[in-house]
Amino acid sequence: MPLPADTDASIPKYLRDKYAIVGVGETPYTRGSGKTTRAMGSFAVRAAMADAGLKNTEIDGMLSYQSGDSTFAPMVAGDLGIRLNFYMDVFGGGSSTEALVGIAIGVIEAGLCKTVAIFRSMNGFSQVRIGGTGARAAAPVNGDQLHGRAYGWQSAGQMFSPTFMRHMYDYGTTPEQVATVKVIHSEHASNNPKAYYKKRFTVDEVLSSRIICKPLHLLDCCVETDNATCFIITRAEHARDLRHTPALIRGVVGRCNKPRMDMHYQHGPISTVAGHYGKDILWPNAGVGPEDVDLTGAYDAFTFTTMLQLEDYGFCKKGEGGQYVSDGTMRLGGKRPNNTSGGHLCEGYTHGMNMVIENVRQLRHDVDDSCPCGPDGKRQHTYDYREGGCRQVKNAEVTANLGWAMPGTGSAMVMRRG
Amino acid sequence: MPGIRADYMGMALSIDDLDGENLTYFKHCAQHDFHLQKCDDCALLRYPPNTGCPWCGGAKATWTRVEGKGEVHSYEEVHHAIQPAFKGHTPYMVLLVDLDTQKGQPSEVEALRVVANLTAPDGVLAPPDTVRSVGIGTRVRMVFADVTDGLSLPQWTIDEQAPQPAKPWRYAQE
Repeated sequence: MPLPADTDASIPKYLRDKYAIVGVGETPYTRGSGKTTRAMGSFAVRAAMADAGLKNTEIDGMLSYQSGDSTFAPMVAGDLGIRLNFYMDVFGGGSSTEALVGIAIGVIEAGLCKTVAIFRSMNGFSQVRIGGTGARAAAPVNGDQLHGRAYGWQSAGQMFSPTFMRHMYDYGTTPEQVATVKVIHSEHASNNPKAYYKKRFTVDEVLSSRIICKPLHLLDCCVETDNATCFIITRAEHARDLRHTPALIRGVVGRCNKPRMDMHYQHGPISTVAGHYGKDILWPNAGVGPEDVDLTGAYDAFTFTTMLQLEDYGFCKKGEGGQYVSDGTMRLGGKRPNNTSGGHLCEGYTHGMNMVIENVRQLRHDVDDSCPCGPDGKRQHTYDYREGGCRQVKNAEVTANLGWAMPGTGSAMVMRRG
Repeated sequence: MPGIRADYMGMALSIDDLDGENLTYFKHCAQHDFHLQKCDDCALLRYPPNTGCPWCGGAKATWTRVEGKGEVHSYEEVHHAIQPAFKGHTPYMVLLVDLDTQKGQPSEVEALRVVANLTAPDGVLAPPDTVRSVGIGTRVRMVFADVTDGLSLPQWTIDEQAPQPAKPWRYAQE
């Protein structure tokens, strides 16, 4: 019995470039925020409004996502004097970011509201730890969970590792190649004053860090931090009146799945991830291909997730992800840098938001590194990528974000400089 | 059926009385007799138990006895346990095993891939030496860890009777 034919999810081309991200904001990335998720969420939305040059009366839509670990959109709106014409709080973590962009475009297009703030607020270290450490580790195991958690198969790293291991078996991917993802993202983070971890690491340091869940070393795993992040979406014609060069949205993929998303390992090849399906939505809708992209934001919950997604979205041939992530392509100064902020491995863990925020700033040509500011308040970028230096990608015009929930589910977004 | 509450390795396991699919699945396991649902429409088996056929959408299924033998498709080795129950057993293995039954169906990339730990034949988590001997390609057979009346967990142990690969595939760094 064959699986159902793939669904054609192409959109009318006229939506390309019709919406834009116009403001971004975040709290510091910390371990121990000392604040509620409500306080942090309000801070991040306020910062994004200020960045865009929007007043509270100009925001009338709000979207957020969480998994029982955060405040709700109406609370944050209330704290900012915002009256909402639309809001929704969605259950979920990674890959929600780009999916909510699609929802925001849809509800504005449908006339439900005009300008949407998307935020994610989480005390991912001091309250609910994503890895499951803490109170959740000893939670009762009920019903369907008996097929997973009863086997000590619970945390993200534990759930994804059969995919990571099988990729090494299928394609000869080496630990050294994968470790290079951490090395490169740590180099990028060292040029990001906001990053929680700014130290540069070597391949040897990654491979000699302790094993968490083979094939994952400690340094293959992302940091857990406390932070809130926000960006604001509105129509492109409105965006042009605001403070910054808009980041125009070319195309979006939202929570696209492999077959059997209830238990994706039932379908193979298990070393292939949801991007294999997402790419057929992303590139036709965006009207560009991987070769047109100047920098990527491939979700790095783990070193492996960056590689798997870049590979399945077609930035290299299937099976050559190990080569792609280790040959210098995705390093600052390389052909197509990835996660120039340091991403989840180094900057902070936000379930995908900070990678979109980073690419918006890259497209403005105004990334917040240590380069000196000119008279117009914008940084005068040196393009010297040595430690502590610049992290602006020269002439960044097109970006791709590749969001990850798990091997079987992912989202994506292409943006271009407006 | 009444629901189940039990303790396994310090974890509180439960199945609600409404959850007929899981109650039936684990009741068969408690009899050390592995059963999966077979779709009445397309005749394909499925794992784990659920409420409809993932291959054709058929609503009705019949519990069918399935041989608990297969080959390791992928694995992981947990050195840093999250759950308190497992901290005394590291490194422990989670195996993804292709059952021989229905392998390569409904298409060549599919198999009934059953998740469980590597255990000794008595269903207790395997010691480190045994963990180091298992990798992709290892032949395994199903055993059961008894929890309580109506609930045993399927587990995998090395199939001593089966021909084994000379050297199963293992992660490069031991």
